[in-house]
Amino acid sequence: MTIRSSVETAAISTAAVLVALLLFGGFAAARGLDPLEVYRVLYVGAFGTWFAVQNTLTQAAPLMLTALCTAVPARAGLLVIGGEGALVIGGLATVLAGVPLAGAPAPLGIALLCAAGAVAGGLWVGAAGALRHWRGVNETISTLLLNYIAIAVLNHLITGPIRDFAQVLKPASWSLGEHLRIGDVPGTSVHWGLAFGVAACALLWVLMRRTTFGFAVDILGGNVRAARMAGLPVGAMVLVACFLGGAAAGLAGAVEVVAVHGFASSSLVVGYGYAGILVAFLARQNPLAIVFVSVLLGGISASGGLLQRRFGLPDAATLVLRGLLFVAVLASTTLYGRLRVFRRP
Amino acid sequence: MTSLTPPATPPAVEVIGMTKRFGDLRALDDVSLTLAPGSFHAILGQNGAGKSTLVKCIMGYHRPDAGRLLVDGHEHVVVNPRQAHALGFGMVYQHFTLVPSMSAAENLILGRADLPAVIRWAEERARLEAFQRRMPFTLDLDRPVAGLAAGQKQKLEILKQLFLGRRVLILDEPTSVLTPDEADQVLGILRELTAENRLSVLIITHKFREALAFAREVTVLRAGRRVGGGPVAGLSRPDLVRMMIGSAALAEPATRAARPGGAVALELETLTVRNDKGLLAVRDASGVVRAGEIVGVAGVSGNGQRELVEVLAGQREPESGAIRVRGEAYRRTRTDMRRHGVFVLTEEPLHNSCVRGMSVAENLAFRTFDEPANTRGGWLVSRRALRRQARSLIDAYGIRTQGPDTRLEALSGGNVQRTVLARELSGDVAVLIAQNPCAGLDVAATAEIRNRIMAARNAGAAVLLLSEDLDELLELADRIVVMFEGRFVYETPRDGADLHTIGHHMASHP
Ligand SMILES: Nc1ncnc2c1ncn2[C@@H]1O[C@H](COP(=O)(O)OP(=O)(O)OP(=O)(O)O)[C@@H](O)[C@H]1O
Ligand SMILES: [Mg+2]
Repeated sequence: MTIRSSVETAAISTAAVLVALLLFGGFAAARGLDPLEVYRVLYVGAFGTWFAVQNTLTQAAPLMLTALCTAVPARAGLLVIGGEGALVIGGLATVLAGVPLAGAPAPLGIALLCAAGAVAGGLWVGAAGALRHWRGVNETISTLLLNYIAIAVLNHLITGPIRDFAQVLKPASWSLGEHLRIGDVPGTSVHWGLAFGVAACALLWVLMRRTTFGFAVDILGGNVRAARMAGLPVGAMVLVACFLGGAAAGLAGAVEVVAVHGFASSSLVVGYGYAGILVAFLARQNPLAIVFVSVLLGGISASGGLLQRRFGLPDAATLVLRGLLFVAVLASTTLYGRLRVFRRP
Repeated sequence: MTSLTPPATPPAVEVIGMTKRFGDLRALDDVSLTLAPGSFHAILGQNGAGKSTLVKCIMGYHRPDAGRLLVDGHEHVVVNPRQAHALGFGMVYQHFTLVPSMSAAENLILGRADLPAVIRWAEERARLEAFQRRMPFTLDLDRPVAGLAAGQKQKLEILKQLFLGRRVLILDEPTSVLTPDEADQVLGILRELTAENRLSVLIITHKFREALAFAREVTVLRAGRRVGGGPVAGLSRPDLVRMMIGSAALAEPATRAARPGGAVALELETLTVRNDKGLLAVRDASGVVRAGEIVGVAGVSGNGQRELVEVLAGQREPESGAIRVRGEAYRRTRTDMRRHGVFVLTEEPLHNSCVRGMSVAENLAFRTFDEPANTRGGWLVSRRALRRQARSLIDAYGIRTQGPDTRLEALSGGNVQRTVLARELSGDVAVLIAQNPCAGLDVAATAEIRNRIMAARNAGAAVLLLSEDLDELLELADRIVVMFEGRFVYETPRDGADLHTIGHHMASHP
């Protein structure tokens, strides 16, 4: 990516975010609120205090990983929206892997748990890739359906086979042993998932932008016929791209279990997967940009609570903002290459 | 409605001082031309001379940096194609813009800008028929477009423009996908319409024959400037070539080194291939190409050539049969391609073998990005190495681009073609499959590419050359095979090849 196109991406994305905020201000005004005050609270709730920042970063961590689930296959020309399902499957696999690993020493055990989650998520989305390559099934539809299937599998397991009846508030699986949990980054209340997210984004950036594999995937994403003509193993590349994306989302599920909940429950299904799609699009499928966009979106989620309490806005208010963002971002993609300032000489 | 009561005659068009810059590059530099009503004006020039840029400025696809457009003496600023259409300007491209699944009639009617919400088909049909009666040619309006031959489609494109009331027709290489006969028919129709003063024509072409036989005026561009032109009557082919390429000399015709028959390099055994519709496109094709030999495949387009090339390029799965290279089964993987030195020049490079959004350097590296010279540690792509490789190929093959980092889509059609040629011919070529390698190339480039293909042959490459241009086959091929309805129906050595017999087999079984 040249400097010019990075600047173009940054400018257009910023403009899209501003437009969405403006529209949200209109929404707030329609409810009789002062938009400027709403923006201020939005900012304070996201980045205003150390507490808010930690909250934002905690929200951002899973978004980085689920965004990769859309961003990596996108470079191969696929539109995968299966982050939600892969996250759930990753979380479930982590809980299940906790059984044989119950006696494992902590660092190794935790690493293996995360690996189990990642592999399960990878296979889950990889299956969509296989369907796409060998059966011509549209990957967008299949990953959407796989999301529903994953949630159904989760509900089935946690209300029956792996239910922990000691949990009375809502159906949940049994819990991992305490020693298999990871805590927070020292000195903060942000869990280690953030480090996983940043590392995964950095790793995949190198893979997609610098390696021969990434170059080959770019050819495939740009023109399958050219990829075939160059003799590239198209099927294997589709599978690997889907697997990597799914693995990132599966890792997000594993982190939710290992670092946050300790068990699998409907708390895994809170829309991280879908928000990840939004992040990926805002970041134009660039893994490094995903880190920053996740923090931005994490901030919006984090300030949701404050927004509700301060203005008595309904729970859905942040969803409205997210929705506006999504529409603004999708609409802004039509601007690429059209703005005179960014025209290539 | 404009299509029924069109202004009887085309307007006078004047283009004055048209200039267009892309960054530092002056793609078009102070070019003027006049189209009197009923003129037939050809634009000639080498690849990248600015021909497409000129017509895109007229049609409102590009905003010129300077220059004026006068229509019937009034100045107009055209900022989008819709405004150009309103002035009666229409554009026809090399590729088709028709909806394949619809009938010709539907395509014509749906093209109208003032289409009502509810279409009264019977009424529209009646208009259409009345309209067609006033045309010098007829088409079957009920056939789906997908079933029409290329020449028919191009005629339909022209019919559509006329039906839409366009009086100034701009055509960008309209004949490059047509056979010479089809091209003559299409151009003949245009010539007739201009002679009746119902149309003005501005046409871009690389074929001198067409310009000299059909146009009345020419404009020659070189590097964005008008370097000559005027009435065709006083001009000859050498005059035009001289204007186009300036002082540079054309490459001599390729010299064929005498070679003993080499070993079999490429072998097809009862190869059968289906097309996209599931119909048999290649049937039981068998044959060999030896090292140091060019086998030319003649045939009217649509007789299975495309599918054959796609199978050899790895873009399509064969139904049955075998492909062997140097005696081994050829699996069409990257390893096999590299090990055996198999390279392919497909037609329509943007569609078949390039990525428009990637840079020239990246497109040049599709075959080599994973070679040790271009990587660090075997798995990190070295952008610097790719750029270096690109610079030397850009020089060696005369690709007109602003630099290795320019996106491929910013190159002119002929320079995209050159980019692919550079990529495919610069390797260690043992087997070369080429389909219409010179379509869309200017005279100099055509001569040069033919030379390079011949040089590859002389160096021992086995070349399978599929071409619709019989002259090209007669110049290059050692043997000519005719492909008809998916079969190889006739074969003749180069010496003793007879145009009539070949043409006869191309049209039908003997
Ligand atoms: N959108 C663009 N951005 C940058 N450069 C461009 C763009 N379009 C064309 N050019 C450059 O302008 C020059 C003229 O291009 P143009 O397409 O007009 O050539 P042409 O005469 O039509 O050539 P050909 O015979 O190969 O089609 C070329 O050097 C090309 O690279
Ligand atoms: Mg052109």
